[in-house]
Amino acid sequence: MAPAQDLATPASTIVPEKARDGIDLEVNGEHFRHTGDPQMPLLWYLRDVLRLTGTKYAGMHGETGADLVLLDGKMVSAVTQPMAKLAGKSVVTVEGLAANDGSLHPVQQAFVDEDAIGCGYCTPGWLIAAVDLLRRKPKPGDDDLDQLPNLCRCGCQTRVRSAIKRVAAGKAGQA
Amino acid sequence: MNDRVTPSRTAPDCIRLSRRRFLQVLAAGTGVLMVGIRTASAGDAPLPLAMLGDNFNDLGAYVRIDSEGNVLIGARDPDTGTGVATSLPRIIADELDADWNRVSVVPLGLGVTDNNGQPRWTYGRQIGGVGGSIPAAWNDLRQAGALARWLLLQAAARQLGVPADKLHTDSGMVIAPDGRRFSYASLAGDASKITLPSNLPAPKTPDRYRLIGQPAGDVDARGIVTGLTPFAIDNYYADTLVAVLAHCPWPDGTLAHSDFADTMAVKGVVKVVQLKPEAGQPWGSTVIAPAVAVLAEDTWSALQGRQKLKLEWKPGASGSESSTALEQQADILLNGKTDPTARVRNDGDVDAAGKKAARRLQATYYQPWLAHATAEPMNCLVRLDKDHASLVVPTQAPQQACAVVQRLTGLSPAQIEISVPRVGGGYGRRLDHDYVAEAVMLAKAVDKPVRLLWTHGQDLDHDYYRSGSVHQLSATLDRKRALIGWNQRMASASALVRRGMPDNRLWTSELEADQLPAALVPNYRSDWYALNSSIPRGPMRGMPQLSNAFAVESFIDEIAHSMKEDPLDTHLRLLGTSRQLPLGAGGVLDTGRLTNVLKLVADRIGWKNWLHSVNGLGIACWHVNGAYVAHAIEVAMQGEKLVIQRVVCAVDVGRVINPQGLEGQIAGATLDALSTALNLAITFKDGQIQQHNFKDYPLASMTQLPDAVEVITVPRDDLPPAGASFLAMPTAAPALANAVFRATAVRVRRLPLMKELLRLL
Repeated sequence: MAPAQDLATPASTIVPEKARDGIDLEVNGEHFRHTGDPQMPLLWYLRDVLRLTGTKYAGMHGETGADLVLLDGKMVSAVTQPMAKLAGKSVVTVEGLAANDGSLHPVQQAFVDEDAIGCGYCTPGWLIAAVDLLRRKPKPGDDDLDQLPNLCRCGCQTRVRSAIKRVAAGKAGQA
Repeated sequence: MNDRVTPSRTAPDCIRLSRRRFLQVLAAGTGVLMVGIRTASAGDAPLPLAMLGDNFNDLGAYVRIDSEGNVLIGARDPDTGTGVATSLPRIIADELDADWNRVSVVPLGLGVTDNNGQPRWTYGRQIGGVGGSIPAAWNDLRQAGALARWLLLQAAARQLGVPADKLHTDSGMVIAPDGRRFSYASLAGDASKITLPSNLPAPKTPDRYRLIGQPAGDVDARGIVTGLTPFAIDNYYADTLVAVLAHCPWPDGTLAHSDFADTMAVKGVVKVVQLKPEAGQPWGSTVIAPAVAVLAEDTWSALQGRQKLKLEWKPGASGSESSTALEQQADILLNGKTDPTARVRNDGDVDAAGKKAARRLQATYYQPWLAHATAEPMNCLVRLDKDHASLVVPTQAPQQACAVVQRLTGLSPAQIEISVPRVGGGYGRRLDHDYVAEAVMLAKAVDKPVRLLWTHGQDLDHDYYRSGSVHQLSATLDRKRALIGWNQRMASASALVRRGMPDNRLWTSELEADQLPAALVPNYRSDWYALNSSIPRGPMRGMPQLSNAFAVESFIDEIAHSMKEDPLDTHLRLLGTSRQLPLGAGGVLDTGRLTNVLKLVADRIGWKNWLHSVNGLGIACWHVNGAYVAHAIEVAMQGEKLVIQRVVCAVDVGRVINPQGLEGQIAGATLDALSTALNLAITFKDGQIQQHNFKDYPLASMTQLPDAVEVITVPRDDLPPAGASFLAMPTAAPALANAVFRATAVRVRRLPLMKELLRLL
């Protein structure tokens, strides 16, 4: 084997890299760089730029919870997060919950099992809130479920409750 | 499935389904069988022609079986969360004996062709979220499946040289007497060439149903939980401008002063366009209020541009209106001597009964204005070309959307393509198409595709609201405590004003001539008084049952209390023996079915403890379009917190297509009704709506709602299916208010309930 210094790049050719514009972040395990307005909320970046439309518009302050995502593992409303705050952060949206082979996350599976879906518009937000709750509290009680911030006019709340309890009981995907 | 299919036969075979409906086979390509339903024009149709369909020459495809064994079934009605994308295809699939695991459901979108500039509807009825999808489908979609199955059997009979009646079908297979099995896939091509029978193949006998009556999850469930099922708001065309709007607070206001300079300076903003309602157009067909639209390259730029608009709006005549003043006007009307706007029903002689009465009661109930508050805000994607329009619209009624596009573009119906993906809630809001008119006007103005997006604040501020109402009820009882007289006077602003409805029919959106206890009380009168308002109104889920059932079922509870009688017994005495009473609007009131659902909820909740329970128990029942519903609710007060401990709902809807879907609808509508009754009210002052977000218009959170809704379904396979999408709306609020009365001794006669309860406690 030849001595290492023989293969090294000559020091004289090494130049500093130009500072890169943009905000680097990770979305569902993949790297992206946002070069637009740093004040653009994450919601519009996900939807308009990345076309990840599972995260829904949920009011200008995220009132209905349909725009919840996981930011470094914790639930936040995507419309309240300007891109400027997200450099180096990791975002998981509803599209990122399932495994790479397509198998559903237990929370997703439990929502299917319990048919915990009304019109389905607010469902992604409930899923993220449920994942966040179960991370903090693997065996949530009814009082914990009462604290979920999501709104739903179709009235899927009782079925969501059953679905989350099903996950906690380890019964997602079972009859 | 959305492709326009050219029939291969010059004189297509068809079978008459009814006077207006025909079944038809289309050859869609080699080895493929397609069966559709088309509908003929009807001169004497009781429904608007547009809802029945009037297509003679084109074909509506519902079933497609290809040579790979895939079965595509079209879902014609928009699914706003009602489950029709699951239930309607299952009706077809069962008749077809398809293997449900091989079925894919395709939302059909608008089906329309051109008839000298007038639309011909390819799929017949296409309207969702009004409780009529399943009853309509029961009449025709079953036949589509039965015909496809018949054709496959004939094809197999020819191949085998065996009479078709010796063959049977099971899960996508034709099975020969000797046990050989032939997949539908292998027969589809031949089946498409079979001459149609002269008579309709008989649909299955109910004992052979395998899917109808069995539970099925939502066909879109996997797509929804993975975030991949697109709603209209999730669609994009290339080179599209995003449009966001600032509406005038008053529908009849004007823009007095404006400055767009700061808006135009925002990076990404392309244009600012003013919109105005078209004079003479009915509510729901044109822009709801004057507006300024900001068009930009992306949503964020558009929203920033909107924030920098400098607008000064001037009120019109509606600028003096207030919801408080309207309610005062209602009180004056109901307490005065003026004749009603409409005498809706008048049985016997209420005045004479009043003179004979041993006991008289009167109470007045107040309902607030309501907004639709859909989860998916109003939005519309449109691309206009010289001879074509493409739209993605979250609509409950694509045919009505088409009419708006046709009027604004001058295109012929066949040039208009409307996709309707899954819809994020409708509740009646999306029977109107003001937002479609806005998007089309803007696409014309900028000569580019447009994605229109409203915010939730706009949805609340600029809605076709449900009017508030005042209900003055009086009852007279004889010495034997029988209800002998009932007089209901209601005042509200009709939802049918400015919608082409003659004045003498304006009451029909506000109350029903047949509503309880009509037909049960010998002397019964109901009068409606019109309130005048320029605040836009329109159809709303559960209307008019929602407001009337609250008044009537609360009042019956009050009557029971005045007699010191168990309200369940009062109800049972009122309903009397099981019998069928003819209703003015057609159909019957089956007192036995109504009694049954009442008893079911009473038994389940433990009604015998009614008087002695520490908690409050309440009960209520209603009938809606041939379906029956009752709620029993148990509540407890913990300080100032109202805890809904148990909710039981029993329904009798005739045959159930998808029990799991039905249970979801009943539980969901119950929670929607409770949320509405507990918290929600729209108010206006100086003509301006005072609720701008979900803090002002607080849909109930998890903590306010019950942990479970226990749903009981009465098995009635002997009766055709009735609609259920809003069946559970009317009785939840009165059962809740009646339970609250038992728990607190406070009678809430005004909604929303929580505000009034805390005021009275």
